Amino acid sequence: MNSRRFFLKVSLLSGGGMLIGGHEALAQGPRRAQAPLDPNAFVKIAPDGMVTLTGKNPEMGQGIKTALPMILAEELDIDWKLVRVVQGDLDEVKFGSQSAGGSRSTPNNWDLLRQVGATARLMLVQAGATSLGVPVEECSTEMGRVLHKASGKSVSYGEIASKAAALPMPKPDQVKPKDAKDYKIIGKSMPTIDLPAMVTGKPIYSIDFKLPGMLFAVYEKCPVYGGKAVSANLDEIKKMPRVTHAFIVEGNGDVSSLASGVAIVAEKWWYANEARKKLKVVWEEGPTVSHTSVGYDAKAKELFAAKPAFAIRKDGDVEAAIAGGVKKVDAKYQYPFISHAQMEPGNCAARFVDGKLEVWAPSQTPGRGQQMAASALGLKPADITVHQLRTGGGFGRRLANDYMIEAAWIAKQIPGTPIKLLWTREDDMRHDFYRPGGYQHMRGAVDASGKIVGWHDHFVSFGEGEKFVSSSNISPGDFPANFVSNFGVEATLIPTKVPTGPLRAPRSNSLAWVIHSFIDELAHAAGKDPVQFRLDLLGDQPVVGKGMEAYDAGRMKACLQLVAEKSGWGKRKLAKGTGMGVGFHYSHSGYFAQVAEVSVDAQKRVKVHKVWAVGDVGSEIIHPSSAKNQVEGAIIDGMSELMAQEITIDRGRTVQTNFHQHQMVRMKQAPPEIEVHFIKSKNSPTGLGEPPLPPVLPAIANAIFAASGIRVRTLPMAKEGFKWA
Amino acid sequence: MAIAMTLNGKPVSVEVPANMPLLWVLRDELEMCGTKFGCGAGQCGACTVHQDGVPIRSCLTPVSSVAGKKITTIEGLSPEGAHALQKAWMEMDVPQCGYCQAGQLMTAAALLAKNSNPTDAEIENALDGNLCRCGTYTRIKKAVHLAARLMQTSNASGANNNE
Repeated sequence: MNSRRFFLKVSLLSGGGMLIGGHEALAQGPRRAQAPLDPNAFVKIAPDGMVTLTGKNPEMGQGIKTALPMILAEELDIDWKLVRVVQGDLDEVKFGSQSAGGSRSTPNNWDLLRQVGATARLMLVQAGATSLGVPVEECSTEMGRVLHKASGKSVSYGEIASKAAALPMPKPDQVKPKDAKDYKIIGKSMPTIDLPAMVTGKPIYSIDFKLPGMLFAVYEKCPVYGGKAVSANLDEIKKMPRVTHAFIVEGNGDVSSLASGVAIVAEKWWYANEARKKLKVVWEEGPTVSHTSVGYDAKAKELFAAKPAFAIRKDGDVEAAIAGGVKKVDAKYQYPFISHAQMEPGNCAARFVDGKLEVWAPSQTPGRGQQMAASALGLKPADITVHQLRTGGGFGRRLANDYMIEAAWIAKQIPGTPIKLLWTREDDMRHDFYRPGGYQHMRGAVDASGKIVGWHDHFVSFGEGEKFVSSSNISPGDFPANFVSNFGVEATLIPTKVPTGPLRAPRSNSLAWVIHSFIDELAHAAGKDPVQFRLDLLGDQPVVGKGMEAYDAGRMKACLQLVAEKSGWGKRKLAKGTGMGVGFHYSHSGYFAQVAEVSVDAQKRVKVHKVWAVGDVGSEIIHPSSAKNQVEGAIIDGMSELMAQEITIDRGRTVQTNFHQHQMVRMKQAPPEIEVHFIKSKNSPTGLGEPPLPPVLPAIANAIFAASGIRVRTLPMAKEGFKWA
Repeated sequence: MAIAMTLNGKPVSVEVPANMPLLWVLRDELEMCGTKFGCGAGQCGACTVHQDGVPIRSCLTPVSSVAGKKITTIEGLSPEGAHALQKAWMEMDVPQCGYCQAGQLMTAAALLAKNSNPTDAEIENALDGNLCRCGTYTRIKKAVHLAARLMQTSNASGANNNE
């Protein structure tokens, strides 16, 4: 179980049946007060045997609305055909944590949901035994029925649900979740919830949500981050067709909450957006206007020539070790800011009535959104209801709640009327919380045996003094810390006001590329096979490092060995201009190793023929089809980051505005084949949204080197003349 | 101005400015939200619908230009999910977030209507303008092939009754 204790509660469902809910025991601030009896539970068993399960976490395409109910259904031992899944509203007292980020949904809910399901099954068995007039220990369950095998008698859950609800709750230690060998649902690719609705165009996304009488809003923010709206031609705008309101929003000085801007509200969204074309705003742009990407690059170059500002980690005598090495490598890497560019632009619906706010939001952190809205609007969190809606992609963009606060603010100006805010693609791309760029000056050396003896990274990133901006840091424990004795990481930070934040596999999506490209450089310098060089680096100790730094080298080695075997590493003859590359990375509790086979022609046109991926995310792959889909998608996502995606800053504003300037991989460019394998280790299941992404960047970059002899040290690669074949 | 068209086999008329894009007519005037807004610039294909059987980008199409035309949207492909492509999409468990998939399906439906057994290259060419941020391309390709097979064994309809 999680650190917070969770108490289950069983009650009678009105109209008959059984309802299982719960509440969190530990009070954490005012919103974690004692929950009333739960009307909106995890499990509802109706007298007709239909079971309603609550998908408690935000669904953004990671499949959690299917996977978490599958855990419940497994422990309940019910027929998936009789299951209906509904999306739960935000109530973290009732449901526990309801965020989607850090690939935490599975590990945070695995024990909890097995306990909920197993508790309900135990009570149903007790009620079933009484109903059948047989000893409870002779009963078992199957497909939503309690069975007494000796007599051949059975009764459905629906028939006994009301009786079960009246029984005393078993103590947690009386409840035994199933043995994995008895699983009938976990490990099977059950039909994805919402799939029929998706292929028939049902209005299931946040952008589709409407209420009668709703008005629609656009929001023009200062193009310079942190700038303020001073005045605007509001009178003219208000006269535009179908426009109902236009006003300046002063903002609260925090772009992650409420950036200053101008809201235009109309009867339909298109009218608001048309009126916006005539909008003239006088902005107070503020100090960020002096920031440019060119300036950042120049500053980094200057900083590389100087001593680092502060140490992150220093093991052994790095300088002496590098000086004494037999082969030395010195290489400078750099990578850009990038945008999340999820397909569904930011949007949110809100209604403010009698001092209470209701929002319908596509958030990855609805609880944080509720807190922020409360603070921005001067409300109590308890006066804000948050409904969760399916989102067209998250990738970390919806960890922020700016769309929710903006919608809430606009709704508060028009009490009683529901409003819907929708950003354009341009709004979305120009006002993101970008994956921060960075610069790494890598120096290292190997000894005569080909072992890495010294490693130094001058990590130039963004922040003030020693404080990194969001998602830009390197940790003292980042690989290969603890694997190389003379190991140093030192940093210097460049101040920025560009908003930054987590993008799928934050930090790892850039660090893995630098670290595994550089390891590849060292392997080639040492004249070693890149896979063998990495196996030697991982060594023979099962776990390396202590506490937070513990790195299960055994799990990673198993992934690396299997991916080498599956890809025929070193065993296949490759055509001229074709090469294979390898990379691995541990992040978000998951271990992944990948190999790419790539060809490069004289015009630097790159074709990725195939990627092999091996992952270890614990003992169970809950939904194999969805799991493979995540890996395939992460690989293609990583390819977009590698080749083309870059956000540049000019005069304190984002230059790129739409997909054509921030290109993602298209079907033609995607690898014809991606082969995915999972190693089921004896570890509790963990998440899959993020860990498959980081290794693909170095795997492809290293394959490009093997194919062409060109080492990619600047992203996106298009800047160095590469393009997809 | 009043603009009349045939939408998913039924006559409809809307009273909107001539330059309102078809996308917003569908989503906000006719309350058919299956067609998605992705970029507003013809970059992503999420808003793809058929005009007389040909895939078009509804975000860039002024509604006046489709007056008198037959328009088919995802809602008209088969509301019950009986089209071979919808069956194949479900069988192959194609989507992740699913936001782009209406556009992918409409582009693929137009392809299969004129080419009942496309090659990989033909599928790639047809769907090159449809972005999938989740990266489900390999599954989309497999699902189009599966739909072509389903249509040949006539287990499912690939024909669009509305066109």
